[in-house]
Amino acid sequence: MHETSEHAVHQHAPPTSFIRKHIFSLDHKVIGKQYYGLALLAVFIGMVLSWLMRIHLAWPTWPIPGLDKLSAVGAPAGVMTPEYYLSLMTMHGTIMVFFVLTNAPFAAFGNYFLPIQIGAEDMAFPRFNMMSFWTTFTAFLVMIAAFFVTDGPPISGWTAYAPLSAVGKDAGPGLAMGQNLWAISIAIFCIGSLLGALNFIATTLDLRTKGMSLSRMPYSTWAWFVTAVISLLAFAVLLPACILLILDRTAGTSFFIPSGLVLSDRLQPHAGGSVLLWQHLFWFFGHPEVYIAILPSIGIVCHILPVFARKPLLGPRATIGCMIAIGFLSYMVWGHHMFVSGMNPFSANLFSVPTLIITIPATILTLLLIGTVYGAKMRFTTPALFCLGFISVFISGGISGFFLAQPSLDTYLHATYFVVAHFHFVMAVASIFGVFAATYFWFPKMYGRMMSDTLGKWHFWLTFIGVYCIFMPMHYLGLAGNVRRYSAFVDDYLIALIPVHKFITIAALATGAAQLIFLFNLIWSRFRGPIAPDNPWEGTSLEWSTTSPPPFDNFGGRHMVVYQGPNEYGVEGTANDYVMQTSPEKIVTG
Amino acid sequence: MGKLFAAVVFVITLISVAIFVMHTWWLPIDISTTGPAVDRQMNDTMIGTGILFLAGQLVLGVFVWGSSSRKSGRKIRIFPGGATPLVTAAIILVGLEILTLTFVGSKAWGAIYLTPPAANSLRVDVQAEQFAFYFRYPGPDGQFGGLHPDKIDDGSGNYFGLDPANDIAARDDIVVGSLVVPVNRPVELTLHSKDVGHSFYVRELRVQQDFVPGLDIPLHFTATQTGKFEIVCTQLCGLGHYNMKAYLEVMPEDQWEQWLKSQAGQ
Repeated sequence: MHETSEHAVHQHAPPTSFIRKHIFSLDHKVIGKQYYGLALLAVFIGMVLSWLMRIHLAWPTWPIPGLDKLSAVGAPAGVMTPEYYLSLMTMHGTIMVFFVLTNAPFAAFGNYFLPIQIGAEDMAFPRFNMMSFWTTFTAFLVMIAAFFVTDGPPISGWTAYAPLSAVGKDAGPGLAMGQNLWAISIAIFCIGSLLGALNFIATTLDLRTKGMSLSRMPYSTWAWFVTAVISLLAFAVLLPACILLILDRTAGTSFFIPSGLVLSDRLQPHAGGSVLLWQHLFWFFGHPEVYIAILPSIGIVCHILPVFARKPLLGPRATIGCMIAIGFLSYMVWGHHMFVSGMNPFSANLFSVPTLIITIPATILTLLLIGTVYGAKMRFTTPALFCLGFISVFISGGISGFFLAQPSLDTYLHATYFVVAHFHFVMAVASIFGVFAATYFWFPKMYGRMMSDTLGKWHFWLTFIGVYCIFMPMHYLGLAGNVRRYSAFVDDYLIALIPVHKFITIAALATGAAQLIFLFNLIWSRFRGPIAPDNPWEGTSLEWSTTSPPPFDNFGGRHMVVYQGPNEYGVEGTANDYVMQTSPEKIVTG
Repeated sequence: MGKLFAAVVFVITLISVAIFVMHTWWLPIDISTTGPAVDRQMNDTMIGTGILFLAGQLVLGVFVWGSSSRKSGRKIRIFPGGATPLVTAAIILVGLEILTLTFVGSKAWGAIYLTPPAANSLRVDVQAEQFAFYFRYPGPDGQFGGLHPDKIDDGSGNYFGLDPANDIAARDDIVVGSLVVPVNRPVELTLHSKDVGHSFYVRELRVQQDFVPGLDIPLHFTATQTGKFEIVCTQLCGLGHYNMKAYLEVMPEDQWEQWLKSQAGQ
């Protein structure tokens, strides 16, 4: 059944020492788990930061126990200062976008499962792979170090708009060493991501096993591949942008700083720079980054949903076409973040139209997922619920895009909580739902043990209802003109909205607490979960053709040959209702 | 479990939509000539996307409900016609929505940002700094004095960096902390920033525009109602961002002229 394939030749021997096995490992599976662990640590920090922010917004005078230990200056007696709020906000956004949403759905699961799903024994460049994780880890340490410098983390937001981010300490607290560490960390992160992206692309193109044509690749692999291409182009722009920012801050250059600026009563010694240049470079990365966060989760859901629907995904070619279209269009729309930035207002129309056009492939993907649910024999496991939840939150987040893509409405809604609601739903929550689905789905493969389905379902329901309670009201706040990035609401019309903020804060604390169920389930199942069979969900793709967990070389010396697409569910006339990708049997369609 | 999922999605969807429909939290009154077009566009988009939202969530719920049926011997069913009708529907429906929104919406945008200000506009210069707005009127000579960043001195109230000793035009410039304008007269603002990025946002005018350090950014509007409205900063500008605000005061023309005279006399 399994023939020898010239591609599947292992490039390195199994390690024997603890360090090479678990720390500086070349094995893509270990590296995938390392990325997952890093994302888990990062999401925990990011979530606690959001709790602190939410408590401060709802009850600004409440002392938060222990916060003064983290920063005596930023939170004297536990009550945070306005600048410390902005520091925590900057770190929340940065940590979540870079170290969670980029790492978890793409780097973590992609690393672990892309090689297995295409029948390879490892990534194309295992040393690069190890390097990209440790580079990313270094970036994380540098970012976290910003908490411990004298005046705290930067206050310029995850977008680090110049000149606030570029002129240094004269612009305010956190903008000296804190902002330096931010820029250095992101530059290092870019290097790690570029290495990772190259590796994903090379692996997908070169290491597919015999019979694994592009059209037979699982949707998750397709999504990781398209995401890698987007990453390669996006981080290649952010890296030089960060280097220029570092030079402006430390070497006296003026890429982003024009002449004639007076800060802290001091005429700044800069001339000739362009403030909008930073915004163009940042958003040329920043918008594709949204798709770097969401596409892997779309692919994961397209991969998982058919397994539990027990029927093939509707429109496989359209699905892949839409992913590619979204990737392509993601490079033409960055200006929609800049409608009111002072950029030539004629260009607003130019950026608005492709932005609206992206809603077409996004709508098609959503409809195909909904159409897949039609007439299914759904098995309501935890990963299936998270897939269905994904569809719901993706609709909710996508819909508000129609508003923000229009310059004439953005002029009212820009920089309000409407935007916060939009990107949290479509980019953060949807992406994280994909990560949850992936975790419950692949955990048995990764650790050889099942996760608790009962705890998983509790986790799902509390999270699903919770995220709606947190983010749906933010649309109403945005419509009322509630500006984001305010550390307190002192304007007359904003004071009237504080009760809504209190509701959101309570929902955020409860939803956050529900994540402890997930954490407990993860740790408990790792050691105490029931032993997982090789193919617990009756899936077809190659990861289910090997042991749980897979051996060091993924297939125990076997060279897999692929005969089918990944989508053969609900097949009649076979022993089961599905046909594995490795099964040579002929499928009679009728 | 499928029925529970469907029920939860229905409840969430209906509550969410009801709050939108009831306008529990909504845009404030509109006081500008360009605002009604923005509000119309907002309403049209709300209706169009509201239908998509309702349809998407409800159909998802209905299908999930159906997929949980435990009827014995039930076979899976493929969506009638496969993917083609869905892809076609998405392209046509969303395509039409996009075309409509773009054609109608670009007019609303154009009226604010692409139409030159009227010739009789009242010109006001705006300087934003951490964390305040200052407004400058040209004074009786109708000329603004030049700006010299090296002369900026908040201590002596020289927020714009004027040089009255050497610049005649600057001598009668009026600098105040509120934007006071006559009702129904076009106003042309020029936005400068002293230090970092800021933004000019008046909800009731339905306009928002960033201040870009190094650039002079034009913005114009005509207020149609008298009253006092908040101008807030919407571009993250530092620790006092949340507290950076000023007032827009719209007065009858004669009252405004008196106000201007009283300011010029000071």
